[in-house]
Amino acid sequence: MQTITQKFNVEEVRKDFPILQREVNGKRLVYLDNGATAQKPQSVIDSLNNYYTQENANIHRGVHTLSQEATSAYEEARVQMREFLNAQHTEEIIFTKGTTDGINLVASSFGRFNLKEGDEILITAMEHHSNIVPWQMICEEKGAKLKVAPINDQGELILDELYDLITERTKLVAIVHISNTLGTVNPVKEIIAKAHEKGAKVLVDGAQSAPHMQVDVRDLDADFYVFSMHKVFGPTGVGILYGKKEILESLPPYQGGGDMIKTVTFEKTTYNELPHKFEAGTPNIADGIATKAALDYLQQFSWDEIHNHEMELLEYATKRLKTIEGLRIIGEAKEKASVISFVIDGVHAYDLGVLVDKMGVAVRTGHHCTQPLMERFGILGTVRASFAFYNTKEEIDVLVNAIERAKNMLI
Amino acid sequence: MSIKERQNEVIDEFAMFDDWMDKYEYIISLGKELPLIDEGKKVEKNIIKGCQSRVWLDAQLIDGKVRFTADSDAIITKGIISLMIRVLDDSSPEEIVNEDLYFIDEIGLKEHLSPTRSNGLVSMVKQMKMYALAFQTQLKNG
Repeated sequence: MQTITQKFNVEEVRKDFPILQREVNGKRLVYLDNGATAQKPQSVIDSLNNYYTQENANIHRGVHTLSQEATSAYEEARVQMREFLNAQHTEEIIFTKGTTDGINLVASSFGRFNLKEGDEILITAMEHHSNIVPWQMICEEKGAKLKVAPINDQGELILDELYDLITERTKLVAIVHISNTLGTVNPVKEIIAKAHEKGAKVLVDGAQSAPHMQVDVRDLDADFYVFSMHKVFGPTGVGILYGKKEILESLPPYQGGGDMIKTVTFEKTTYNELPHKFEAGTPNIADGIATKAALDYLQQFSWDEIHNHEMELLEYATKRLKTIEGLRIIGEAKEKASVISFVIDGVHAYDLGVLVDKMGVAVRTGHHCTQPLMERFGILGTVRASFAFYNTKEEIDVLVNAIERAKNMLI
Repeated sequence: MSIKERQNEVIDEFAMFDDWMDKYEYIISLGKELPLIDEGKKVEKNIIKGCQSRVWLDAQLIDGKVRFTADSDAIITKGIISLMIRVLDDSSPEEIVNEDLYFIDEIGLKEHLSPTRSNGLVSMVKQMKMYALAFQTQLKNG
């Protein structure tokens, strides 16, 4: 798609996000929990509002005008998503509820269809519970083995060991693109190539990458790529599963119901074509349509501008945080996104999170749904600051001051 | 002192604090005090797992009164536990079962007892009531 790139100006960008103007506990909100969910620009909020005030109708089945308009808007969002991901076919874009839903869909449909006793699924030590548990469940059901590729102390995959773990029995490698806890950017293109050499398919958990970098599914040669729109400045409750057409066509449906069928008799049902085969029931129409608004918003900027700004924030925050005595950063990969996890000697993450919240700063504390990873580092949890392109260095100053103040209260 | 009287005493104390800083400094100071439980009782059986912090709770029935000891790995959680114990400890099982706990709301710490906080406190309060209920049954049958 043709995009008009405007010069990136963070102060101007912030004006597009109404929530960033609000106060929390009497202080101006400093929102540094973007890894959990991102804030929404006014255009996304307007899209949702417009849908319910002007367009609301069920899609894919009505002959009336409203239904046709809503169907068009929903399908336009799909087309735009294809462009956003550089997928080859629009029907390779499946709307889901989110990353977790996408992974469960693949685990269920791909796993049930392809896994046999003794087969293997390979994941890594830095996966989110969402990219662990669905595989555990299907492996248990099928008598397959779940293998885990290790990481080093910096929080990087040990690639040689990962490659050794891919065998001719490996049916699928499920790997996170950017770690939600460590910020590590994994070399997924290279891993996909190695997995393909052994005949394994690859699912990439893109929950943290889609908001921060250009994802080109064809360049990566990913078989499946999943993420949630709410982390990409879009609405909650809608996610994307990209899958290669020939693979998706070969798989059985995930759920049965309306929209996913061609014909139904009590004896035999024939399934609808892609993408509808995997979208049973009335979809999340409003949020699906608002997905387009989120992509439109993002595409005003170039990924280089976003990346440069976020890397400046990461570098600045890393430098400033390291001046705090007793603070240790967890995850120091060479290739890192704008996510910083840390622990402070003698300070519990929960206590720190509670106190900095009182100072208007929103960070995440705890195990970040990566308990095995916490175990790998011998800790119970971390404090995590995750930055989006609308964050500023001034906000990092507020964070650092808040941590210092909280630390003085706690120690 | 009844549970109600103790709750009111805590509420009066907290009324003196002007801002959140003073309030939290007080809670933190409570949390920093000596362990509220024997190290030997910090075992798997007594642990209440929250997503954010862990809580250990033990209860004994001594001379018809419930004696609670508890701890947490997070100081703020521990400070609130200390208030909870001050209010409920050394009361009869019946009083603990029947009395409403309103002081946390009143002193503006309700957010810490929200299930979404997942800090183990909500489960701890439930568990304290469960212990009291069990002791009450034990006394009736005994």
